[in-house]
Formats: sequence, C-alpha cells, structure tokens
Amino acid sequence: MTGNHLIRTENLVKTYPMGLSQITALNNVSLVFGAGEFSGLVGPSGSGKTTLLNIIGSLDSPTSGGAEVLGRRIEKLSHREAAELRNHSIGFIFQTFNLLPVYTAYENVEFPLLLLKTPAGQRKKMVMEALEWVGLADRGRSRPSQLSGGESQRIAIARAMVKRPPLLLADEPTANLDAENSHHILQTMEKLNRELGTSFLFATHDEKVIGYLRRKITLVDGRVAKDETFPSPAGKGV
Amino acid sequence: MIRFLSLGLWRDRSRSLFPLLTVIFGVMLTVVLFSWIKGFEDNFLQTNARLGSGHVAIMSRAYAAEADQLPNDLALTGVGGILERLRRDFPAFAWTPRIHFAGLLDVPDKKGETRAQGPVGGLAFDLFSTASPEKSILNLELALVRGVLPQKKGEVLLADEFAANLGIGPGATVTLIASTMYGGMATANFTVAGTFRFGAPAMDRSMMIADISTIRALLDMDDAAGEIVGFFRAGFYDREKAERESERFNNLYHASTDPFAPQMATLLHLSGMSQLLGWMDAMLGAIVAIFLTAMFIVLWNTGLMGNIRRYGETGVRLALGETKGHVYRSMISEAAIVGLIGSIIGTTLGLALAFYVQKHGFDFSGMMRNASMLMTTRFHARVTGTAFYIGFIPGVAATVLGAATAGRAIYKRQTSRLLKELEA
Ligand SMILES: Nc1ncnc2c1ncn2[C@@H]1O[C@H](COP(=O)(O)OP(=O)(O)OP(=O)(O)O)[C@@H](O)[C@H]1O
Ligand SMILES: [Mg+2]
Repeated sequence: MTGNHLIRTENLVKTYPMGLSQITALNNVSLVFGAGEFSGLVGPSGSGKTTLLNIIGSLDSPTSGGAEVLGRRIEKLSHREAAELRNHSIGFIFQTFNLLPVYTAYENVEFPLLLLKTPAGQRKKMVMEALEWVGLADRGRSRPSQLSGGESQRIAIARAMVKRPPLLLADEPTANLDAENSHHILQTMEKLNRELGTSFLFATHDEKVIGYLRRKITLVDGRVAKDETFPSPAGKGV
Repeated sequence: MIRFLSLGLWRDRSRSLFPLLTVIFGVMLTVVLFSWIKGFEDNFLQTNARLGSGHVAIMSRAYAAEADQLPNDLALTGVGGILERLRRDFPAFAWTPRIHFAGLLDVPDKKGETRAQGPVGGLAFDLFSTASPEKSILNLELALVRGVLPQKKGEVLLADEFAANLGIGPGATVTLIASTMYGGMATANFTVAGTFRFGAPAMDRSMMIADISTIRALLDMDDAAGEIVGFFRAGFYDREKAERESERFNNLYHASTDPFAPQMATLLHLSGMSQLLGWMDAMLGAIVAIFLTAMFIVLWNTGLMGNIRRYGETGVRLALGETKGHVYRSMISEAAIVGLIGSIIGTTLGLALAFYVQKHGFDFSGMMRNASMLMTTRFHARVTGTAFYIGFIPGVAATVLGAATAGRAIYKRQTSRLLKELEA
C-alpha cells in the first residue's frame, strides 16, 4: 500500500526500437514522490521527461521495472483500468491547451465530471468552484476561440482540477505563454497545491517554471542526474 | 452525455450538417423511388385488371389454354347460372361477363363502298344494365373524349385515335366483320356514339367497345362469354386472397374432366405477370441495396474525415481518462442521432413528394408513345406502409455502420503517443 508515497518508480526502463538498434529513453529511474509535492522534471530535450510523465500518467507502460501510482501498479493496468485511473485520480495539463473547441469554457470543465457521472447539481457547484479557482468564473460561456492563451490554459487547469485529483501532471504548461501569463498560471497552480494539497509534477525546461519548483529532478539521457529540494522555491518572484 | 454530444453536433456544423444533408437526401430518394415503383406496380396491375381480365377471371379450360388468341369458339356457356353462383358464393368480387373479339372495321361511304378500313380489337361487356359494375370500373365517363356513351343496342364506342385515323366521329356508321362462335362470318352495322381514350396505348390505338348483348347476338354467343371477370370490391388487388379464392373455386370442379368446365385464374397468372412483378420486386430491392451501398460509402467517408479532423479532440478525451470504448460508442451515438434525425426529415420530405405524386399524378405519355402494354400514361405513386420506414434502413444503418468502421481507428491509437501528438 501507498502509505507515505504517492508515486514510486523502481528501476524504470523504457526503450524504443529505432531501426536495428534501440533508443533508451529512461534508464533505471527510481524516484519517490510524496503527497503535496510541487516538483519538476527538467533536462535537455530528449532526456526522457515526457516519457516519464507518460508512464506515471498511465498513458504508457515501462519496458522493465515498475511504477506504483496512487497504489496501482502501472505496468499491470489494462487499457480500461488505466483510463479509469486517469479519469478518477490524475489531471493533465498540456503544452497546447487542448480545450474542446465546440464546447464553452464551462462545458470543457464539466466534461471530466460527465465521464465520472457526477450528478447534475453537484456538477454545477464543482464546475463553478473550479472556474473561481482560476479566476474565470465570469467566462464560463466563452468558447475557446474567444479566450486568450493564458485564459485557455487556466480553463485547462480548471478542467484538470475540477474532480480534485490527488495528482496533476503538466508537460511544458507554459511553452505557449508569455512571461506574464506564465507567472499567472504558475501562481494559480501553487495556490491550488497549497489549498487543496494536490501534488504537481511538471516536465519543463522553462526557467520561469523551475523558479517555482520546490523539488527539481534533472534527467540526462534518461537517467536521474540530480534530485534537489528547496526549502522555499528558489526563484520565486522572478 | 447525450446532451453533451448533441450540443457538439449542433454547434459543429461540419460534424452534423453535411452528414445530415446526405442522410436526408438519400432517405428522401429512397422513399420517393420506393413509392414510385410501388405506384408503377399498382398502376400496372390496376390497368391490366380494368382493361384486361379483371383481378380474377373465369374461362373455360379450353379457352384459358389459348386465351391470347381470343378463341370465342371455346367460350363459356351457361354464363347466367355460373354468375348467379359466383355472386352468391364469392361475394368478395364484383362479377361481370366480358367478350373479347377481333375483326375488321369498315367505314362505308354514302354509296356503301369502303372508304376506310382497319383491323379492330373489341371488348364487349354489360353497358346498359344499372347493376353493371363496368362503368365505374372502366371509368367510361372519364374516358369519353367525343360524343356520348352508347344508349341503345347498335351503338358503340371507338378509340379516339382510331376514329381519327379512320376519319370518322360520333354519328358515323361502321361495319364490323367478325366470325361467330361457330366459325361463320358475321357482319353488322353500328353507329359510333362516342370516342374514348384510356391513356393505355394498346387500348387507344384500334379498339372498339360494345354492349355485350349486341355482340352476343352478332357472334351467336347467347348466354356465353369469353370470360367472367371479378374485381375486388375493396378496390386493390390482394395477391394472397386472389390465390385463395381461385383455389377454392377450382376445387369445386376438381373432379370434372370436361374441357369446357370453368376455371378461375388470378391476374398474376392471367397475363404472365407474376414474373414481371417478381422482377419489379427485385428491382425495388436492388434500388434499396444500391442506396444503402452508396450512402454507406459516403457516410463512411464522412465518418473517416470527421475522425481525422477530430483527432486532437479524441486524443484529449483519451488522455482525460475516457476509455476507447466510450469514445467509440459516443461516435456511434452521434451517428445514430444524425441518422435518426436525417431519416425522419428525409422520410417526411420523401412521403410529401410521394403523396403529391400519388394524388396528382405525373404524365409521361410522351415517353410511352409506342408501348403495347396496357399501361396508363398518367403515373401515380403509391404510398404503402413500408414507405414510412424503408428510408430508416439506409438512413440509420449506413450512418451508424459508417461511423462504426471509421471509428475503429480509435482502437489503433496509442495512448503513449498522446502527449506528443497533442503538443503538435
Ligand atoms: N514513441 C517513441 N518512439 C521512438 N522514440 C521515442 C518515442 N518517444 C520518445 N522517444 C525518444 O525517447 C527520448 C526521450 O523522449 P522524451 O519525449 O521523453 O524527451 P523530453 O525530455 O520530453 O524532450 P523535450 O524536452 O524535447 O520534450 C527521445 O530520444 C525521443 O526521441
Ligand atoms: Mg517532452
């Protein structure tokens, strides 16, 4: 059972076939994440950040080794069980916000609750609350095309947070945002981390994001090169 | 969730409008064509029955064997007795005797010499008695072009075109030369009371209509008739009932070996029409099948394009934790919604058009100039119960099947690539 950890990876290896040889995207990664962390995977392009996030998010399975996420063995999950784990317990934030274009902001946030079959009354309350967290309670009727990049990403955060998952994974969430909007959404996420206790795990090479991290794991060629924790975020206010 | 899907459909017109229009159009065409062919079939049967040998006909066995030669020497005798029995024991039909005959029609000039002449086909039936169903069966009043209906013995009607070709009109005297039931030659003068047109090219070319008593007297056919025809009192030809009743009648004479014993045949067997109707039914099936295939291809393609266009959306939904099965089923639900709405609209439009053509008809005499079948040139569609649901087969089935095959791509999707694809 989980007990004191949220995620534990053990000698995680992921290789991809590449012609006759193979690419090793992850090489013996063993990491433990506790509840309520605000951590990030950093490192040069191709170092395996997205691959690791994928495995933790139950979108992919390891070649060898294992990972336990929220008490579930990732390598043993069927497609259905993996979907259910994501649906119930993991929020995703993407580099390109990926809102569903024909639906309003409100409906985009509502979508995960529909999948969970949350009753209508409760759903409405939860959606409004999530929109308030990201400061967009008044933009519920807007379509994604009417929202700015920063607003879109905040709606995406509301969509990821509305079901109050214990874990939120964000792959380069600021890559398409300017500095001001980047800080805005990072502050929003930090606040949610503080107030709701949600664990955040980023994959990024954006210095602005790194400035907010309380734990920074540096990957190089699929290996953990450094694992640093900061008592208070290193570059807060940058 | 259905509400959510419907919203998506409603807002994203390329998701709904194009497929919807395709379904509407296809379903409408299916319904209209179906009703048209049904109408065609119905017109065909009805015309053949009216101008030919009824819904069922009784002839002597010998006559029936050579019916196309109008062998009046083999005609039924004792018709009065048979009729009485038929009216008592087979009341589902209106019964009436008819004589078909052929001969030569001669138009004399003032000196009695031939001015014009031509072969003539003749139909004789009970024109004068008030109980006769013929006037309404044949719609004689409507068919009349010039002159009046015959009022007394010795008056006849001629096909309008035939009369024009002979250069005569109402009031003219014509001489019919034919052979009697016993093979002798018979001639008689008649007065043309009026001219008619049935809208059936074969009837309208060289036809003569006379009262049966007149022809009986001329051809020595007292109490005889080539056939006794029966029409369903209900109006439409009922295939099953016609077969049942004719079997019942024929069983009465089962033991007889008399070649002149009466024998009942149905419309389908009378004119070798069962084959033709079978062919029409097959054509109907083929049309529906072609539509199903064409619509399937179009909608499958639409589904495929939609899937490609919505690749991103599908990816997000999978990443958010929707199962592939759920995404797949939602695509099929969307297709079912589109198919159902499209089929309802398409069927409504198709029925409206079919009803219109059923009521008002559609004149295609221009295309039928030389036809020899007994077919009216005014076409009426016939809306049957089937027309109300036939369109739903291609409309819903093809749409759903299209989405089902196109949507299989979802299962090929690797979740491990989702994040990368979504970054693009
Ligand atoms: N599906 C795949 N098939 C083959 N190779 C892959 C696949 N996914 C990732 N790789 C390879 O694995 C390595 C790690 O990729 P990954 O996307 O995890 O890097 P990253 O750290 O996220 O890079 P970036 O900062 O550019 O996003 C790379 O060399 C990449 O080319
Ligand atoms: Mg990456």
